Amino acid sequence: MPAVSKGDGMRGLAVFISDIRNCKSKEAEIKRINKELANIRSKFKGDKALDGYSKKKYVCKLLFIFLLGHDIDFGHMEAVNLLSSNKYTEKQIGYLFISVLVNSNSELIRLINNAIKNDLSSRNPTFMCLALHCIANVGSREMAEAFAGEIPRILVAGDTMDSVKQSAALCLLRLYRTSPDLVLMGEWTSRVVHLLNDQHMGVVTAAISLITCLSQKNPEEFKTCVSLAVSRLSRIVSSASTDLQDYTYYFVPAPWLSCKLLRLLQCYPPPEDGAVKGRLVECLETILNKAQEPPKSKKVQHSNAKNAILFEAIALIIHYDSEPNLLVRACNQLGQFLQHRETNLRYLALESMCTLASSEFSHEAVKTHIETVINALKTERDVSVRQRAADLLYAMCDRSNAKQIVAEMLSYLETADYSIREEMVLKVAILAEKYAVDYSWYVDTILNLIRIAGDYVSEEVWYRVIQIVINRDDVQGYAAKTVFEALQAPACHENMVKVGGYILGEFGNLIAGDPRSSPLVQFNLLHSKFHLCSVPTRALLLSAYIKFINLFPETKPTIQEVLRCDSQIRNSDVELQQRAVEYLKLSSIASTDVLATVLEEMPPFPERESSILAKLKKKKGPGAVSGNELEEGKREGGELNGAGERPGDSSAIGASNASTPSPSADLLGLRSAAPVSAAPPSAGSLLVDVFSEAGPAAPAAGANDDGFLRDLEPPTESSDSLLAEGPGDSDSAPPSVVSEDPAPPLPESDELLNKFVCKNNGVLFENQLLQIGVKSEYRQNLGRMYLFYGNKTSVQFVNFTTTVSCPGELQSQLNVQLKPVDPLVEGGAQVQQVINIECLTVFSDAPLLNIKFRYGGALQNLTLKLPVAINKFFQPTEMSSHDFFQRWKQLSQPQQEAQKIFKANHAMDTEVLKAKLLGLGTALLEKVDPNPDNFVCAGVIQTKAQQVGCLLRLEPNAQAQMYRLTLRSSKDTVAKRLCELLAEQF
Amino acid sequence: MRFMLLFSRQGKLRLQKWYTATAERDKKKMVRELMQVVLARKPKMCSFLEWRDLKIVYKRYASLYFCCAVEEQDNELITLEVIHRFVELLDKYFGSVCELDIIFNFEKAYFILDEFLMGGEIQDTSKKGVLKAIEQADLLQEGVWGGGV
Repeated sequence: MPAVSKGDGMRGLAVFISDIRNCKSKEAEIKRINKELANIRSKFKGDKALDGYSKKKYVCKLLFIFLLGHDIDFGHMEAVNLLSSNKYTEKQIGYLFISVLVNSNSELIRLINNAIKNDLSSRNPTFMCLALHCIANVGSREMAEAFAGEIPRILVAGDTMDSVKQSAALCLLRLYRTSPDLVLMGEWTSRVVHLLNDQHMGVVTAAISLITCLSQKNPEEFKTCVSLAVSRLSRIVSSASTDLQDYTYYFVPAPWLSCKLLRLLQCYPPPEDGAVKGRLVECLETILNKAQEPPKSKKVQHSNAKNAILFEAIALIIHYDSEPNLLVRACNQLGQFLQHRETNLRYLALESMCTLASSEFSHEAVKTHIETVINALKTERDVSVRQRAADLLYAMCDRSNAKQIVAEMLSYLETADYSIREEMVLKVAILAEKYAVDYSWYVDTILNLIRIAGDYVSEEVWYRVIQIVINRDDVQGYAAKTVFEALQAPACHENMVKVGGYILGEFGNLIAGDPRSSPLVQFNLLHSKFHLCSVPTRALLLSAYIKFINLFPETKPTIQEVLRCDSQIRNSDVELQQRAVEYLKLSSIASTDVLATVLEEMPPFPERESSILAKLKKKKGPGAVSGNELEEGKREGGELNGAGERPGDSSAIGASNASTPSPSADLLGLRSAAPVSAAPPSAGSLLVDVFSEAGPAAPAAGANDDGFLRDLEPPTESSDSLLAEGPGDSDSAPPSVVSEDPAPPLPESDELLNKFVCKNNGVLFENQLLQIGVKSEYRQNLGRMYLFYGNKTSVQFVNFTTTVSCPGELQSQLNVQLKPVDPLVEGGAQVQQVINIECLTVFSDAPLLNIKFRYGGALQNLTLKLPVAINKFFQPTEMSSHDFFQRWKQLSQPQQEAQKIFKANHAMDTEVLKAKLLGLGTALLEKVDPNPDNFVCAGVIQTKAQQVGCLLRLEPNAQAQMYRLTLRSSKDTVAKRLCELLAEQF
Repeated sequence: MRFMLLFSRQGKLRLQKWYTATAERDKKKMVRELMQVVLARKPKMCSFLEWRDLKIVYKRYASLYFCCAVEEQDNELITLEVIHRFVELLDKYFGSVCELDIIFNFEKAYFILDEFLMGGEIQDTSKKGVLKAIEQADLLQEGVWGGGV
């Protein structure tokens, strides 16, 4: 056979290739190629008809030239001619040329398809294979259209040769991948599945790739493959190393087929049939056992093939995630590999353990290897292996080892490769936040992060530390002190200056008592960095300065001096100049009161999905961070921010119990836009300093989905017609005569109220003059509500006043306090009002909100219901099925139960229902009701006087489009009221 | 498998096989980029790396690098052995194969690869099975040309 391979004819080609190899320069090579191209072109165009051999030789030369990286724009036709040659070798070269060079030249495709069609029907297996290869290589849609119907027939026909079957299976797979709509398996399905039983191992190997792909897309239709795959696997696993003859690879029986079978099984859940499952578990155990046996060969191929099967088996065990015993064994096996001398195995073991770490059954077992993994992070010479070690540390981290892991990752960061620093920084930041038990540790960690790898600390990371410091008052003093110390380093990273500027601006007063960090010292320290910083940081520092003027009046002359100097007030950067001018004016004109209001401490940020986690997710692509982890992140994050239900936390209203789970994590929760106040616009922009850095976040406020700030553009000329709508309600009476008494509630106010039963934020009311947005948060028996009044006109509202009244018995049930609101609302502006609510005891009615103002001289007077309902004071209660039904039975007196059966008002979508029930404030209890379609919830209503436990059960009947809602509560009025409220929601 | 590349230590591409439709321009860019990454790696480093959204499995045989790009969920070790089996096939066919064999008989190398892998999946893992197919083809060739011209 070697004789064939040496100089079997195309001498001209060999000469040409060695000519090219002898070329000393690129130019010489191009020259030689051009000469050859000219020669071939003339041969193809010449009068003399070329014989098959010459055609083959020239086509082959063109192919060679193309593969060298040069363009080829002719010769296609000659290649197509070769396809119809009856000489195998010519046909073969023709097909090769087409496979490598074909494009969607439709004329050509038709000719090629013709040739393929002929070969497919030739019944010559070698020709058929060539044709199938060509289809698979090109894989274009045109080819799928022409052959997708024919190939399955060839694949399952009884008289097809094995080699052709193999090609047909893989050819079909390629077509299915490119044009799944054209490959219709329908009638062939079962016969294709049964190829798993074929005598010929090659056919099984080829067919299983096809079956795996089809199963991924249509698991139901192909599920019979599971038991066939298991028995095939079992036969291979239990066979001796020589049984399978040529399919044994370095003493490992059929490694490729085994891997593919294990892969196929990963498309399905564990087999339901006990016998099949037993057999499979046996196989998996055998594979794990074999890993412990001494190797049958020292060759790396032997161990690779054996371990390939082992890793695939472990992947299946992890996929099932239901056999604790196997999971732990897998983990131990991987643990051994962690110290293996083969780098490849260490790499794979680290990678595979990452997934094991997320299984509850093996998390602890993975954790036992922490020292080895840390060691790998420190000593591995290959960055890709170190990267895996870092990933694994991240995955195995929990509360018990967080401090150690974070410390190790931080120290690794000092020398980490540039390519993975940013990701490492994100991971450290996430772990520090997620597992922080004390916040000083968290602050230290992040500041260290900035110190060590400042360049890689993305905005999200430093925004996050600020969010957390602002939301946690117990860490503010520490943060101020630490950042002050960090800033004293002679060279510190700009990100440190940003954090420092922000934190000292907010909380510098907490350390101002110490003469070493007196206000002036703080200011001088910050200002010493100013000139080295970029424009955005300088802008932030200017804002910090104006905050200093408010916090420490004694710094005013110094700071005003700075603002007044030419380099600020005449700065060529518009933003800096504007800030300098406005802050200077603000500090000289405004009274201390105004200044204090404008520069009031930042309100807590509403809790959202951690922006860093979102960033990591984006970086790694979906799936990289498991949903589980995200959930946890949210939960833990919430806790960290003091939003959770911490008993004994006496701060009136913590950060944020905001129950609007917004998937769009705007970085700083800007959407809530709490700081947008009645202050002049420029002052507003100074307050939202960090926001303006957030780039897109600031304008995003305009596109707020809740619509707080929406549509505030000044009305056009047509605003006249608005008047007809506004005061026009009372057109008979002159505007000034309108009663000054609060108007009766709007007829639609009840309906408006219903919108807020299951959510806390949104637009409460809107007409042509005014839009009222609401945002609220509740904790225990306390609530805080922000109302945003937007003037939709271009004319100012004057005498703008609001009052809240609690009619009747509500007076003794609810304590509502209104913070004053600015009496003047400029055209297009928005003012905010804060309302504090305390629930004294259970109540049914809603307080009334009356709004009065004059618009163009006409008095506007409207009354709405404040969206406060008893369910806002729910505390979710998790309980087991047993507890739930026990309590349910205890609440069996007739007056303790309220029930309604009603027609569905909305589509009966499970996810929507769940979201609404969660919005209600109760805990949604999974796996409590024996009927999985039903929902049960539990919660305790917190009032000052008492706590009222409530249980809820919602039974949807999809067929009748009806619901039955049952509430039981220790207090009868509560069950009734909740039932009324809720019946309107579904 | 998305593609397979064979290139020399000097960065000369010797064979390229693409199993998904890719524009010529992108191919060239990917080849260049990947060669740089792989050639920069030291001998004792592991044979796997993450590159773009793919996993790269590579191994060096004498002066040639064999480099496969596989999907996220594909098995790295078995891919290494795909490479090895391909090398064995070349070796058996050419008789202790070297880079020059692949340069001068590039079309043969493509034929052997086609018999072994199709659409990026293994067609047959048996050495005999694959070589039989090639052998048959060569016999057909000899039948026509009587052992060369």
